[in-house]
Amino acid sequence: MTRVYIPRDSGALSMGAEAVARATAVEAASRNVDVSIIRNGSRGLYWLEPLVEVETPTGRIAYGPVTVRDVPELFKAGFLQGKSHRLALGPTAEIPYLKKQERLTFARVGITDPVSVEDYEAHDGYRGLRKALSMTGAAIVEEVTQSGLRGRGGAAFPTGIKWKTVLGTTADQKYVVCNADEGDSGTFSDRMIMEGDPLVLVEGMTIAAIAVGATQGYIYLRSEYPHALRTLKEAIQAAYQKGYLGSNIMGSGKRFDLEVRVGAGAYICGEETAMLDSLEGKRGMVRFKPPLPAIAGLFGKPTIINNVISLASVPIILDKGGAFYRDFGMGRSRGTLPIQLAGNLKHGGLVERAFGVTLRELLYDYGGGSLSGRPIRAVQVGGPLGAYLPESQFDTPFDYEAFIALNAMLGHGGVVAFDDTVDMAEMARYAMEFCAIESCGKCTPCRIGSTRGAEVIDRIVAGTDRDRNVELIRDLCDTMLNGSLCALGGMTPFPVLSALNHFPEDFGLPTPALASAGR
Amino acid sequence: MPTEPAAPLAPWAAAVSAAIEANKNRPGPLLLVLHAVQEGFGHVPPESVEEIARGLNLSRAEVHGVISFYHDFRSAPSGRHHLKICRAESCQAVGAEALVAHAKRALGVDFHQTTPDGAITLEPVYCLGNCALSPAMLVGEEIHGRLTPDRFDAVVDHLRKTR
Repeated sequence: MTRVYIPRDSGALSMGAEAVARATAVEAASRNVDVSIIRNGSRGLYWLEPLVEVETPTGRIAYGPVTVRDVPELFKAGFLQGKSHRLALGPTAEIPYLKKQERLTFARVGITDPVSVEDYEAHDGYRGLRKALSMTGAAIVEEVTQSGLRGRGGAAFPTGIKWKTVLGTTADQKYVVCNADEGDSGTFSDRMIMEGDPLVLVEGMTIAAIAVGATQGYIYLRSEYPHALRTLKEAIQAAYQKGYLGSNIMGSGKRFDLEVRVGAGAYICGEETAMLDSLEGKRGMVRFKPPLPAIAGLFGKPTIINNVISLASVPIILDKGGAFYRDFGMGRSRGTLPIQLAGNLKHGGLVERAFGVTLRELLYDYGGGSLSGRPIRAVQVGGPLGAYLPESQFDTPFDYEAFIALNAMLGHGGVVAFDDTVDMAEMARYAMEFCAIESCGKCTPCRIGSTRGAEVIDRIVAGTDRDRNVELIRDLCDTMLNGSLCALGGMTPFPVLSALNHFPEDFGLPTPALASAGR
Repeated sequence: MPTEPAAPLAPWAAAVSAAIEANKNRPGPLLLVLHAVQEGFGHVPPESVEEIARGLNLSRAEVHGVISFYHDFRSAPSGRHHLKICRAESCQAVGAEALVAHAKRALGVDFHQTTPDGAITLEPVYCLGNCALSPAMLVGEEIHGRLTPDRFDAVVDHLRKTR
């Protein structure tokens, strides 16, 4: 029997992986060859999807991108023996894009069957939890603190400190909530984990629960991810069957129950307190802090809230030790970051690297330059609330503090490239418009400021009282930055101001070079 | 003693009572119930708000407030198929706005509207997490990447033929 891997990841499905899997089964049956098709996650080389892999005695051989029409031809060429074909890419692990990565959190994604506990165990799965079960809660929290892990959802708050607060708060009930409301454009690493290795998230949440004494967990998943929902549910069911969830985890007598809850299309629910309200069945309104969710969170109880990637990084930290993880990275940014390359790039995909890699390496060495073949003019890092970076800032290393120094943010590690046809005044206007659509409405700077902001940008572009309106938009951005309740209103100024500062010519203003020459 | 003839049940009654019954004992059940009603009946009729509120021991204002807050919940019937085109930054970087213009022209509707034959409702969406293969579109649960106007037309053609 030959194992053939065809991803069930949304990205692969969006390019026809389902039909390719069906055609492969049909072709195998008609040729009477014994083939076992495994629906794995994606390796994250999206321009090659659907990427089909065949297991051979010399390792896994990749072919891609495969269409339904290629399937009979591949059989004829002997792809089941790893033979050559125009779509052959050689041994998967040797593809430079993959080989040059440091995959810790994504170690299994694309390799294993995402919903098989046996496969997970065979690839170092549940070693972290096993170790955690032999430790005290305080020792687990200490290990996570030592790793230097900071919240990967975007805020970069030290995970260990958050856990310590929950551990130190006494309550009859505590919760672990995973924020899987991955709404930022240009980000998809949460989705890839949930579709490609959901058990690593389940394990990470279980470790968190055992560390602080929580017995109930929720994964708050956005409704735009139907395929992630399916894999998560299958994985959770499999974990229950094997005794990795429920009332007696791995025979320890400890309990942890886990449930997926689906959002209903509201970007603001990615903000942790709005998410808690939504989980409670209410409008997703941002809460005032304090109290911190770690002290009074879901249903008023102490709650660990972490992003998918933060939680999925916990098992390897427990397994290999905090020091192992901390040895990757630079400055105060420790470990690795699963970076997502998107927008106008030839080779979009997932690149997990230690902190310190530069934007330029990512855009050109991995991304292969623009898809359109035109020069890359601007890059938005960190989602819709992240700044636009011009070419002069492409040598910035991926490091939380280096980005903050530029009035930019690393956020969830999404990189969206634009070529020279982009109108940056349009993008600035869109940032305000998006904020207006998605504002929860609780605070005035965000609710009203975003609508007024879009109008002011329109006036600047139309040339109406331009200088005064530029002053006005800067003043409005200052109000939003300092007066908003959460990051939506508070960070929408980042894309707006960076567009205005770096690309003034798109707003009908003199370019910085011209302006200084004229002075 | 003569009994009043029972009023005919509203068409949504079965979906609503099933949704309440299945979820009322779970913590924070309102979103679960609304999702289930929409799944079973296609939308959440304004007339059903009172019934949902009573079933969950909430006020009508609380239920209405949640329905109107979230983009996913619909208060009126919609098309047989839902097309959600992504117009977030990554998709814009590779022509989403032109694609949206094409879609509106081809279907003869704006966002949040349904074609006259009742086949297709067009919606915007802000990121489908398929940003490495932008532009993207979601049709029900089926996702499409690297979408072009031609491929959009082919998808629509196919949908019009499916009930």
